Amino acid sequence: MLLSPDDTVKAQLMDEADLDRTLNRLARQIVEHLDDDAEPADRLALVGMQTRGVHLARRLRDKIASVEGLDLPFGILDATMYRDDFRKRLRQPVVHPTDIPFDVDDRRLVLIDDVVYTGRTTRAALDALMDLGRPASVRFLALIDRGLRELPVRPDFIGRTVPTTPGEEVRVRLAEIDEADGVWLVERTP
Amino acid sequence: MPTAAPEIDALQHRHLLGLTDYSAEEIRLILRTAREFREVLDRPIKRVPSLRGVTVVNLFFEPSTRTRLSFELAEKRLSADVVNFSSAGSSVSKGETLKDTARNIEAMKIDMVVIRHASPGAAHFLTRCIDSVVLNAGDGAHEHPTQALLDINTLADLDLPRFAPEQLHRGDFDGLNVSIIGDITHSRVARSNIHGLQKLGATVTLCGPRTMLPREVERLGVRVTDRLDEALDGCDVAMALRIQLERQKGGLFPSLREYHERYGIKETHLNRYPDLRIMHPGPVNRGVELASEVVDSDRSVILSQVTNGVAVRMACLYLLSGGIGAPGEASA
Repeated sequence: MLLSPDDTVKAQLMDEADLDRTLNRLARQIVEHLDDDAEPADRLALVGMQTRGVHLARRLRDKIASVEGLDLPFGILDATMYRDDFRKRLRQPVVHPTDIPFDVDDRRLVLIDDVVYTGRTTRAALDALMDLGRPASVRFLALIDRGLRELPVRPDFIGRTVPTTPGEEVRVRLAEIDEADGVWLVERTP
Repeated sequence: MPTAAPEIDALQHRHLLGLTDYSAEEIRLILRTAREFREVLDRPIKRVPSLRGVTVVNLFFEPSTRTRLSFELAEKRLSADVVNFSSAGSSVSKGETLKDTARNIEAMKIDMVVIRHASPGAAHFLTRCIDSVVLNAGDGAHEHPTQALLDINTLADLDLPRFAPEQLHRGDFDGLNVSIIGDITHSRVARSNIHGLQKLGATVTLCGPRTMLPREVERLGVRVTDRLDEALDGCDVAMALRIQLERQKGGLFPSLREYHERYGIKETHLNRYPDLRIMHPGPVNRGVELASEVVDSDRSVILSQVTNGVAVRMACLYLLSGGIGAPGEASA
């Protein structure tokens, strides 16, 4: 099932072709950010955030590889252990794997997530990255920026900005783990 | 039976008192979570802020080195605030009851209690006196669930030629033969392991002198033998238990030498069973349960058990800490 029965669709924000076009643009923006004079090891590395950010990061890596012939290092980050909201929940969120197969120290990183909202997950991800080492820089890519930030977090690369209200949710669906590609704005019926 | 159940994403229990009432899926959730915490232990900064603001007390009414150390390390690696209590030199020696000790500690706003006590049921009793989350770190000869969970975690990481690696890895022990050897009657480790291993599908054999096998043990659905050869034949993993000299008020076996002769695992066994792996909850009495060469051989996974202990305890603390201090918390 692509969307839960509790979700009332208000708008489809992207279909498969839109998503692909947006990712092509984001891949080009990442490449523009590359420093051609840098040693390969000092170049960018992509870090996808569990779970859908990982698949977005993988697609971006593949696009950069096929267009530029560049194989960027790629890692997976799960920031669950760094979240600040566990006292508000009755159960702990499931911890997913973190797998960063390269040295973070002095590396220029692009952190990739599907949706940026309050900024709290990004804050957790930054803390997690800092515990893994001292990157030279971290840029942040979000496919959808839905506004309503509670922390001073700003993406460097944005797929699309969509103003939302707190009762709404943005659903990003990716064929790797969902039935199809697409992005929807929904209202959750409690 | 154990394979088809869907993955769950939360424990169905508020406390960890024993593995008797935990389901296979809850055990597998703990395994999956422990694997992620195991990765944290390999980082340069071996600490995550998951339990920041949570206060944990370690209530140890019985001497313990490694379990207490392992719990304390797990709590600190999760950034919890940790208070240690051991009965020596405390008000317990002034005659304070467990209930009063616990109530006083809870009045100090403790969120989680880890308890080791000589009386079976002490952890369960505690859940009826106080509101904190309780983790049993060993209650008499009853249960020691985190030890069994770390043993299970170690088994799940084994690379055994008879099994596809993913099978054990996901906590499916169907077809796995585990023999537990030693003083079963006095062992809470054995009891927790029997329950946990059986739930995951393993076949358990118990082996020891008849004086150390509890009566009616067959009722647990295990194979029982008093001959070491029978226990090791066809066995994938042998779990040797420590002969608890301090619990032994005499007369269960003639001498340590004779015990080693009949029930100690020696190098000859490793040669005869080339795929056999050896576990031991520690501390090992070298030359009693295990020959020294067996302890040090590459077939022994005793030190992985110790490393896994911290990760498994982190997973248990993490999974049980959900909802602490949450508004409208259901204390069922």
